[in-house]
Amino acid sequence: MIRKLFDIIAGHAVPAVFIIISAFAIPLSGFSASYLVQELLTRIGRNSFLILSLLIPIMAGMGLNFGMVLGAMAGQIGLIFICDWGIVGIPGMVLACLIGTPIAIVLGIFCGMILNRAKGREMVTSYILGFFINGVYQMTVLYLMGWIIPITNPALLLSRGYGVRNAVSLSGIRAVLDNLIPTVITNPEGAKQFLNINGAGSFILVQLPFFDGAIRLPLATFVIIGLFCLFIVWFRKTKLGQDMRAIGQNQSVADSAGIPVNRTRIIAIVISTVLACYGQIIYLQNMGTLNTYNSHDQAGMFSIAALLIGGASVSKASITNVFVGVILFHLMFIVAPMAGKNLIGEAQIGEYFRVFVSYGIIAIALVLHAWKRNREREAARRSLRGGEN
Amino acid sequence: MPDSINTPLLRLENIGKEYYGNRVLSEISFEINSGEIIGLVGENGAGKSTLLNILFGMPVINSTGGHEGNLYLDGKKVNFNSPNQALAAGIGMVHQEFSLIPGFTATENILLNREVLNGSLMSYVFSDRVSTLDRDAMRQRASAAISTLGVHISPDMLINEMPVGYKQFIEIAREIDRKNTRLLFLDEPTAVLTEQEAEILLIALKKLAKSGIAIVFISHRLSEVKELCDRILVLRDGKLITDESAENLTTRQIATLMVGRESLRKEEPVEIPENPVEEVNVDETLGVAPAGDDVETKMLKKKKKKKPALRVEHLWVDMPGETVRDVSFEVQKGEIFGIGGLAGHGKLGIPNGIMGLYPAGGKVKLFGKKLALNKPRAALNRKMAFVSEDRRGVGLLLDEPLDWNITFTAMQTQGRFLFGIPFIFQMRNELAMANETKKFIEALEIKCTGPKQKAGELSGGNQQKVCLAKAFVLRPDILLICEPTRGIDIGAKTLVLDTLKQYNKENGTTIIVTSSELEELRSVCDRVAIVDEGKIAGILPASRPAEEFGMLMMGEKMRAASAATE
Repeated sequence: MIRKLFDIIAGHAVPAVFIIISAFAIPLSGFSASYLVQELLTRIGRNSFLILSLLIPIMAGMGLNFGMVLGAMAGQIGLIFICDWGIVGIPGMVLACLIGTPIAIVLGIFCGMILNRAKGREMVTSYILGFFINGVYQMTVLYLMGWIIPITNPALLLSRGYGVRNAVSLSGIRAVLDNLIPTVITNPEGAKQFLNINGAGSFILVQLPFFDGAIRLPLATFVIIGLFCLFIVWFRKTKLGQDMRAIGQNQSVADSAGIPVNRTRIIAIVISTVLACYGQIIYLQNMGTLNTYNSHDQAGMFSIAALLIGGASVSKASITNVFVGVILFHLMFIVAPMAGKNLIGEAQIGEYFRVFVSYGIIAIALVLHAWKRNREREAARRSLRGGEN
Repeated sequence: MPDSINTPLLRLENIGKEYYGNRVLSEISFEINSGEIIGLVGENGAGKSTLLNILFGMPVINSTGGHEGNLYLDGKKVNFNSPNQALAAGIGMVHQEFSLIPGFTATENILLNREVLNGSLMSYVFSDRVSTLDRDAMRQRASAAISTLGVHISPDMLINEMPVGYKQFIEIAREIDRKNTRLLFLDEPTAVLTEQEAEILLIALKKLAKSGIAIVFISHRLSEVKELCDRILVLRDGKLITDESAENLTTRQIATLMVGRESLRKEEPVEIPENPVEEVNVDETLGVAPAGDDVETKMLKKKKKKKPALRVEHLWVDMPGETVRDVSFEVQKGEIFGIGGLAGHGKLGIPNGIMGLYPAGGKVKLFGKKLALNKPRAALNRKMAFVSEDRRGVGLLLDEPLDWNITFTAMQTQGRFLFGIPFIFQMRNELAMANETKKFIEALEIKCTGPKQKAGELSGGNQQKVCLAKAFVLRPDILLICEPTRGIDIGAKTLVLDTLKQYNKENGTTIIVTSSELEELRSVCDRVAIVDEGKIAGILPASRPAEEFGMLMMGEKMRAASAATE
């Protein structure tokens, strides 16, 4: 009984800690509710897609896919090209996705094949693989682009004539998806004001009587994320999803049942990599600038941290975990610097805290996973013996 | 099928197999007809698993050069290169280890990779794998398969919440669900079942056979084999010894056939003991579960004055694949005590558990004083020495020279072969190490270039001698040895066994030998305990006929026990 209670608490310890911290930090930060909601909505739209791309490899028993940065890099290459060609708006985004997809598929197959040779050590392998592909990416972008790969727009290139600049402005596609279906949530009074300024017709206005302030909702992005969630729900019901679950639980049994284990694992990683590519494009269209050499760096780490904070583990993750995680993680991101400033007079403490937390949480999750697996193994042995000793 | 009367379902013709020049099967020929239940029995290493591997097309056969002889299915010659081909031909196999997915329901496991799918447009574009599962239809099929077996298990129950017996039924249900299954191999299906569950399973199998499926039943529980099977095949040393209708054989005869008549002939020409008094005695031994007290006291008359050196009470050990459940025995000072039994039944777990190498519990008393378990150091400090069955993994430092290997444990636990000030500054005494090693190289005839040769470069037999030397250096009171002759040639075998005997005689050291080879145990030991399913089935003096040990190994004690109580 006590053990059961302990299991429940241990199972939800991470989200619980974050809820408690937020409960203290929110009043300390002094932010208004509408500001917090606005910020959260923006960040959910910005990050959820990336985090959702992690779910399928977890289902296939491959752990947290640190290799998703490969997909992020593929997406960034697509974005560099559309900037060069000057294609803007939604067509630009779609084209970036189209360019990124084949690159992500190739990288995904490569990653999957390597992970098949490193069974049981997928996480550390994909992490290091991320560094390796980062090297290839940097070589491509820093030396080959503008030299072998034609880049004509001088604004993109370094002054020496080849290599892409450190910061690429994505003004052509900035927030195009977020504002595709412009939606504003406000109270009736705010709505009146809003209509006076902007005129009717171009906005969807949602009026909530007791709402204070006005909020822009990135509706189109949310629709895409919703579709992605539906895709995952559907995918779990397919034969392929069932095979992945089987492989995730026991590879040798799945193999002896005739399921093509290695091929299925590669498919899982390819899907994840391609979706991470789209996720990074959505992320960057919201940010509006591309840090050519850094943007992808933290994509994997922060997505994984958010997922774990949402209560997921290395072997089990759900859509709920994604949204709980993205809300809690970013709530902390928003309020921690301000709370730190108001409390100690230094915003740095919050910044420090959030980096510390995201790495710390990954370490804790991995330790918890190992501990839990050991306990399961012990329980299995005990049942084998059959005694109550 | 009118043909089936004439042509057998499966015919084996002169099947044989060699692994790297080592013959494991020769000239196996027999037939299996539809609806027939065949019992396949044999000791460990008799060739059962190799035969199964051939029939099921396991890759291990192909990768080691295939097999000899021919297989005919419905009179047509077949050759299986992979398990999938065998499955497609209608051969199902239930392995000894469960191959179930723990987090899946019974339904999901029974229909693993044979799920019922909803048709969809997507499946035309991609493949069937993007179709969704039809859960209702799957549940119906699973329930149907389960009910064929005559048990009631909810198809929605998760495997990891099931008792062991249920899992076995799910395994079999999975093979039944395969529509084309005509021949079913069951490898030790009742080993994990309770008596009641085993009975249900036997009834279910008979029902299955009536529906036309041929069954090959492999079990060490001979009474079950006799009850269930129409025909019994006995394998010994890779040869088919007997192919006889079950009615014509008694379990005792089967046990005799398995263990080998030749070794019996030396001691006992007749299969059934001629002396009825002894017969009673045997049954008593078989009936008393943990330790055959009667026999023990009888034979101990000779050695009664000696103190018990080691007393083990209710020992359990979590050694993977060699689980010990509840073991109690006593070893007298100066005795050579043997532990035998089939592989996987826990005999290796006993010494490993006593030495603290695997999680263990229960009570172990050494010369009347309690021994702390789970601490190898504690056991070593109490002057126990251990020769592991895993010579290359646990026993030796392969990349280090012989003198290191031989003196290492003594150096670590007893502080010998060192000079300097203890706890402050100590160095290896290379000279003493080399001298000690030379002594053993001579005494045990270890073939090597000298004390500085690396242990990994020696042959298996010589490595084993090094392991023995390493134990002898400790001057132990009790020596535990696992599989002393595994993987070494005959010459070295005799020398190793003779060394043990001699060491015991000269130093009065208590020795506990664990071995899979019964003959070896009987030749070296004073008494031999037989372990069956993690428990001691009985302890007999080594002079008893091999047949009695064979009966203990095959789990006959249960039958005997139940017969005695009735």
